[in-house]
Amino acid sequence: MIAATGLGKTFGATLVLEDVTLDVPAGQCLAVLGPNGAGKTTLLRILATLARPSAGTLRIDGVDAVREPDAVRARIGMVAHGSHVYEDLTALENLRFWAAMGGLDASLARLRERLQAVELDIVADERARTFSAGMKRRLGLARVTLGQPRLLLLDEPFNGLDRRGQKWLGEFLLAFKAGGGTIVLATHGFASALAVADRAAILVGGRIALDRAAAGLEREALHRLYDDLIEAER
Amino acid sequence: MPHRPLVGALGWLALLALLAGLGMAFGYAPREAVQGNVQRIMYVHVPAVLTAYLAFGLVLVGSIGYLATARMGWDRLAAAAAELGVLFTGITIASGSIWGKPTWGTWWTWDARLTSTAILFLVYVGYLLLRAMVEEPERRGRFAAVVGIVGAANIPIVHFSVKWWRALHQPSTILGPEPSPIAAPIALALLVNWVAFTLLFGYFLTRRVEIARLEDAALQGAVRAR
Amino acid sequence: MSGYARRVGIVLWKDLLVERRTKESLNALLFFGLLLLFLFQFSLGPDRAQVESVLPGLLWLGFVLAGLLGLGRSFLAERDNDCWEGLLLTPGDKSAIYLGKLAANLCVMGAVELVILALFGLFFDVDLSRALPGLAVVLPLGTLGLATVGTLFAAVTAQVRARELLFPVLLLPVQVPVLLATVSATQVALAGQPLADARAWLQLLAAADLVYLVIGLLTFEFVLEA
Repeated sequence: MIAATGLGKTFGATLVLEDVTLDVPAGQCLAVLGPNGAGKTTLLRILATLARPSAGTLRIDGVDAVREPDAVRARIGMVAHGSHVYEDLTALENLRFWAAMGGLDASLARLRERLQAVELDIVADERARTFSAGMKRRLGLARVTLGQPRLLLLDEPFNGLDRRGQKWLGEFLLAFKAGGGTIVLATHGFASALAVADRAAILVGGRIALDRAAAGLEREALHRLYDDLIEAER
Repeated sequence: MPHRPLVGALGWLALLALLAGLGMAFGYAPREAVQGNVQRIMYVHVPAVLTAYLAFGLVLVGSIGYLATARMGWDRLAAAAAELGVLFTGITIASGSIWGKPTWGTWWTWDARLTSTAILFLVYVGYLLLRAMVEEPERRGRFAAVVGIVGAANIPIVHFSVKWWRALHQPSTILGPEPSPIAAPIALALLVNWVAFTLLFGYFLTRRVEIARLEDAALQGAVRAR
Repeated sequence: MSGYARRVGIVLWKDLLVERRTKESLNALLFFGLLLLFLFQFSLGPDRAQVESVLPGLLWLGFVLAGLLGLGRSFLAERDNDCWEGLLLTPGDKSAIYLGKLAANLCVMGAVELVILALFGLFFDVDLSRALPGLAVVLPLGTLGLATVGTLFAAVTAQVRARELLFPVLLLPVQVPVLLATVSATQVALAGQPLADARAWLQLLAAADLVYLVIGLLTFEFVLEA
């Protein structure tokens, strides 16, 4: 699904990513861990075609993402810090806007169904301004799954969610995977990440310091590996 | 990038041409009957405005080139040309003003050329200001290119609107070159000065683009060294 | 409905919906227009004949100033709500977003201008009835010239430092020639003269509008991607 080779990104004089190579097969979930400033967000943005890599190649679902970003965009969805939610519109109106912008089915039935899937149907006609961070995140997920994307990119999706919210998100992502979808998520939360991830990669100083299967990886073991790598970088 | 000796030669040629132009402006060209010696400033004023237009044309070329190819070289060209354009526009306005004072009694007159030039000055100063406010090179280049294209498209619109507006509000008192037909010595002096200015512009432009290129390369080098 | 038209429509729908709900821009602009009229009245003094000649200029000064405020906010919602990237990720020709925004801006500006015009007629005791057919042509053309560039530059400056300063600095010089044309044409309209008298100006305006619109459509995606 994702084939990235030697990705690099430079902002002016700062090297943010260096020689990042990833291979994520369809139907799998990759968790990208790392300290602040390691380049997680930049990597996700490049995968989402929101930023162009300064070096390397990237193929998503067989398409060259750098040369044909538009072809890739139809198949992916990204939920990041910015919620892409218009605060003065209701949940339903937000979905209607994004559905129409994406050239998708914007019928009331479809929109309500999506809101139901993220448990926001009760507040369908409330303005997004009144939503909590978690609700906005869920609205973002509803928006992003309108078009049945094949790849979900999530930047710190568990942030600010309470226990119940985290559990719900985990189930949502597992269901997405079960439907054949691929996920890449950047996170700080080891436990939640391990619950959904098939592979874990640790990004330190813009480089991949670790990339292995998550199966059988205990949280403590991962913690130790993580701390060691941070120490080594220093 | 052109070889050092070539660029150096261009610089010397420009200097020679300038000296020749200066000589012609003061020695060869006749003293104008009505306005006196102050009219000689035209030999600076007219070539300056022509060079400014050349510069702004290059800004357009660089802007389109950058949007089309995303190669930084085009953006460097646009930026350097804009800087020089602002410089030569400034010279045009200043020389026009100096000409105007003894001739018409005021430092400023809403003459068609002066007005158009002043508007363009403001447009491209804005362009440079925008560049100063954006740090990331790719972004800066793209934003600047869009503004550069709008600025260039504005030029013919400025030309016509100011000309017609002038015709409406004031009888034409153009700080024009001279009453026609143009006397041969005056035309020759003008031509030499114009060529000199163009050569000088070319020299400055090449130098400026080279400096920009070196700056970018140094930045890349610093990145790689980390 | 074709995908492109659908996207233009939904952007227009969203902007008008937000505007109707919050009434932020509309209220502020209307009040601002009112304040301007007061200022003009008091700073120009009661001498009727003196005011008469500058009326077209005043009217458009008011429109431009209101436009600066209103247009500058075009992409505020996108920036505040972090929707910029969401728009970038939508498939298809991004110029649809520009067109939708432009349409929404025209609606808001149009409403504001009509109210200011009415108040204008009231305050300065101008008989608008004979001017209306002429104004019905000049106003849209002039507003289009303002809004096409204004919407584009609003997108450029939305995420740049010193946005509030840079937006007018970039927009105003480019607007000067458009202003010359609109004020001249408005003068003809206000005097009740047939519009054919201002034909050249109107043609220039229409040409400028077309050029700016095309540039906006072609370059918007580069601004979005930046």
